[in-house]
Amino acid sequence: MKWETVIGLEVHTQLATKSKIFSGSSTAFGAAPNTQASAVDIALPGVLPVLNRGAVECAIKFALAIGANLNRVNVFDRKNYFYPDLPKGYQISQLAKPIVEGGALKIQVGDSERTINLTRAHMEEDAGKSLHEDFHGMTGIDLNRAGTPLLEIVSEPEMRSSAEAVAYARALHTLVTWIGICDGNMQEGSFRVDANVSVRPVGQAEFGTRREIKNLNSFRFLQQAIDYEVRWQIETLEDGGRIEQATVLFDPDTGETRMMRSKEDAHDYRYFPDPDLLPVRLDEDWIEAVRATLPELPAAMQARFQRDYGVSAYDAAVLTGSRALADYFEAAAKACGQGKLAANWVMGELSAALNKAELDIAQSPVSAARLGTLIARIQDGTLSGKLARQVFEGLWEGAGEVDAIIEARGLKQMSDSGELEKIVDEVLAANPKSVEEFRSGKEKAFNALVGQVMKASRGKANPAQVNELLKAKLQ
Amino acid sequence: MSLTPDDVKRIARLARIETSDAEAQATQAQLNSIFDLIATMQAVDTRGVSPMAHAQEVYQRLRDDVVTETDRHAAFQAVAPAVENGLYLVPKVIE
Amino acid sequence: MSETSLSTLAAQLAGKQISSRELAQQYLDRIAALNPAINAFITVDAEKTLLEAAAADALIAAGQAGPLTGVPIAHKDIFCTDGWLTTCGSKMLSNFVAPYDAHVIQRFKAAGMPSLGKTNMDEFAMGSSNETSYFGTVKNPWNPAYVPGGSSGGAAACVAARMAPAATGTDTGGSIRQPAALCGITGLKPTYGLVSRYGMIAFASSLDQAGPMAPSAEDCALLLNAMTGFDPKDSTSLDREKEDYTRDLDKPLAGLRVGLPKEFFAEGLNSEVAAAVEAAVNELKKLGATPVEISLANSQLAIPVYYVLAPAEASSNLSRFDGVRYGYRAPEYASLDDMYCKTRAQGFGAEVKRRILIGAYVLSHGYYDAYYLQAQKIRRLIADDFGAAFKACDVILGPTAPGTAFKLGEKSDDPVEMYLNDLYTIPANLAGLPGMSLPCGFDAQGLPIGLQLVGNYFSEAKMLNVAHQYQRVTDWHTRAPEGLK
Repeated sequence: MKWETVIGLEVHTQLATKSKIFSGSSTAFGAAPNTQASAVDIALPGVLPVLNRGAVECAIKFALAIGANLNRVNVFDRKNYFYPDLPKGYQISQLAKPIVEGGALKIQVGDSERTINLTRAHMEEDAGKSLHEDFHGMTGIDLNRAGTPLLEIVSEPEMRSSAEAVAYARALHTLVTWIGICDGNMQEGSFRVDANVSVRPVGQAEFGTRREIKNLNSFRFLQQAIDYEVRWQIETLEDGGRIEQATVLFDPDTGETRMMRSKEDAHDYRYFPDPDLLPVRLDEDWIEAVRATLPELPAAMQARFQRDYGVSAYDAAVLTGSRALADYFEAAAKACGQGKLAANWVMGELSAALNKAELDIAQSPVSAARLGTLIARIQDGTLSGKLARQVFEGLWEGAGEVDAIIEARGLKQMSDSGELEKIVDEVLAANPKSVEEFRSGKEKAFNALVGQVMKASRGKANPAQVNELLKAKLQ
Repeated sequence: MSLTPDDVKRIARLARIETSDAEAQATQAQLNSIFDLIATMQAVDTRGVSPMAHAQEVYQRLRDDVVTETDRHAAFQAVAPAVENGLYLVPKVIE
Repeated sequence: MSETSLSTLAAQLAGKQISSRELAQQYLDRIAALNPAINAFITVDAEKTLLEAAAADALIAAGQAGPLTGVPIAHKDIFCTDGWLTTCGSKMLSNFVAPYDAHVIQRFKAAGMPSLGKTNMDEFAMGSSNETSYFGTVKNPWNPAYVPGGSSGGAAACVAARMAPAATGTDTGGSIRQPAALCGITGLKPTYGLVSRYGMIAFASSLDQAGPMAPSAEDCALLLNAMTGFDPKDSTSLDREKEDYTRDLDKPLAGLRVGLPKEFFAEGLNSEVAAAVEAAVNELKKLGATPVEISLANSQLAIPVYYVLAPAEASSNLSRFDGVRYGYRAPEYASLDDMYCKTRAQGFGAEVKRRILIGAYVLSHGYYDAYYLQAQKIRRLIADDFGAAFKACDVILGPTAPGTAFKLGEKSDDPVEMYLNDLYTIPANLAGLPGMSLPCGFDAQGLPIGLQLVGNYFSEAKMLNVAHQYQRVTDWHTRAPEGLK
């Protein structure tokens, strides 16, 4: 039987606010245990929450960026359950009236483009951390993370492969970092993915029973976990078994998913509107003020890059992989007025060098302006591609400005035709045999002569010029 | 409507309150008399009435995104049952 | 000393006839003498009190005294008080020394009022007789065989017994007004949102409101001036211009329309109470007020609605008491889950557990709409009744409680019987309206009877005006229990 995979993602993004969602504690990562856990965060008796405007603005930005509906009045609910990293015994979240509903995100898988619809996004508070390393049989609780603002972004179950799921997660990661509402640091848990996975026979209308893979903190794990889960579900079904709804964890070491809790012991969260918080109202002026702060979005930029710089759709998608990369490309392209060439250099030579050095575009030793000048020098014939790569190495080593390097290393392409003619004459004189062969119709001999000239000019001759001169002399 | 001892055990479980069968029995009787009182509410026709969650019809006031809190964990943990290295200690959490 | 109003005490302090330290010491002595019998206080710390009194004397000496600087006050043990044991009447917090001050405590400190201690209360404010306190029942100063009412029973008893000139209380379903009535003092629950709930240990967040308790309406007006005001730490605190609640005290009552809800005088009301309330209405008539009959038809449903909403909020509010970060932790347990279950089973008393279970049930899967949502809708109907009523009257008047104080233990085994005590007080909480109780007589056994006023939103000054005018022509509020003099 042929099976179809159905995937929906729930992504928890930590919002890039200075203070927590309901208290004035710092959200900075990595502080000593409980030193950023205020009276409100540790839920002392009598304390009360007050909502952080910054967190709401992040949610508004996101809604505007994905063309979603913003609920002008949205409400915080309490989700009740007991866990040591949940100090109040309930999490403040949004169930019935979330701030964001709908919206869509374009994803690129290979060269095919798809649109994934979003269900909703709601604000909630993060929990603390349980440190399981053994304190004489006890677990340690650090509440520094408790109360960090989260935007939980829920997609429709519209992805049909782990590749699509990863593409969606990447696109979402690009967007939230692009608009500056999340630092995107997956190691520190700023962007955590839960995947709802089910399979069904191709052609079947209703969904199969889903299992939810919790807390995937890298795109690789997301891919591995889904691939394993899909294989497991198909095998189970083909062996005549059935899938029970469950929450599972992915173990990167074994590459397998394992049961965390079954539907039976699923919680009864007893949601109800938080009486300590009032309905949140978003007025139009505020929304428009936030809209004005949004940068040009990836999709718009891709279209513009194709239009203004004549790059392909694929290149435009790659170049807008991050805002830093896009800005770098555009600066370089502007500096040399050669969009296509700039794209090739950024995605080719530069990216290769950065990957090799494990550097981020922002840390590139070669500035966009210098790369632009380098490309301009190719364009005006000062440099051949080969020489340009040597200059690039100089730039990478920090040897200064493009022209200075060309001078210092004598990498200028030979432009003085008299000097070149002299070399050509010497080569012809020194290679009568090749000349003979050429005249008797052996085309290959011509290339040999060109090679000799280039060699004699130590690579600085302009190949096109050499061709012309030789042809002229051999007539 | 009336609660069974199993209902009582179920909600006691939700509320994390240890309840023996005997206690469940006793509680059940009391809760049922309370729910009889509550039941008088069910007869009322509330179609079209909007639920009242707050005593005042006002909207949430927002805090500026500034850090105002300082580290007070020493004072807070002075009243904690079990702490070590600044961490609150609880019986091992199994996931 | 026992018959001095706050304004008199303040004047004596300002006039240097007595120092705050001396005054505080007098009350501490009286507490030492009477509290063993009454059990109105859970914590008394003379040293702390006298230090605060000394600070107040310094302010007075420096000419920086406010209207109440140096006047001592007792605080309900529901208010977190920095460095003071703050128990909320529960074993769960029997070892909890609060690391911060509630907003209300801050305000009274700022007013220069020394704290005489923390008063006894029903556990987590859940009760109408003060019998659910982990720290023992409070005795009614008028007759130690009777309850003082609850949940602010310690506050009411300490004021009635003149162990404190004033006290703070909180009122979720009548917890200021009912004990005030049963102990023969004056108590006011302000409009919801007027007094910050920050640092006030939550019972039912959408109903809880703190207020003053003292012998007279004038005292309450002065205290209200000190305790109200916007607090950015409480999202439900209302950002309004500050009022002087004493401004209308002396206004005549001519033309005042007093609404008498027929539902509040129906069966279930003790005849002696009914007679006393009617007598009070006649006094007000003499002062120029006009009684008008009104109806609060849905108030009949206030108790069922309240016993869905309050437990629902409480079940969630009390989840933080898990033995992890503060408070009681069971001595023995087999696992994390076992620690939770044993800690909460041992740390909470029977009534609190009962309400947590009710709350968990009405919110649990499949019951939410039938109970919680239905209750919220009827809450709206009850509030709308008041809205209509205040078109026909300026203030609503009725009994505070259906009867006078009952014997200790008389109703403690029958929750429903107990709940019916709050029949007349709960509607104001559900609507968020201000309500107050003032003494209006005594029954045959010499137990006080309370008169309730419910006003429209933010009409505290008007209610205090009515109460003060009534108290100018009556002396019920000046009477103190004979035996304790």
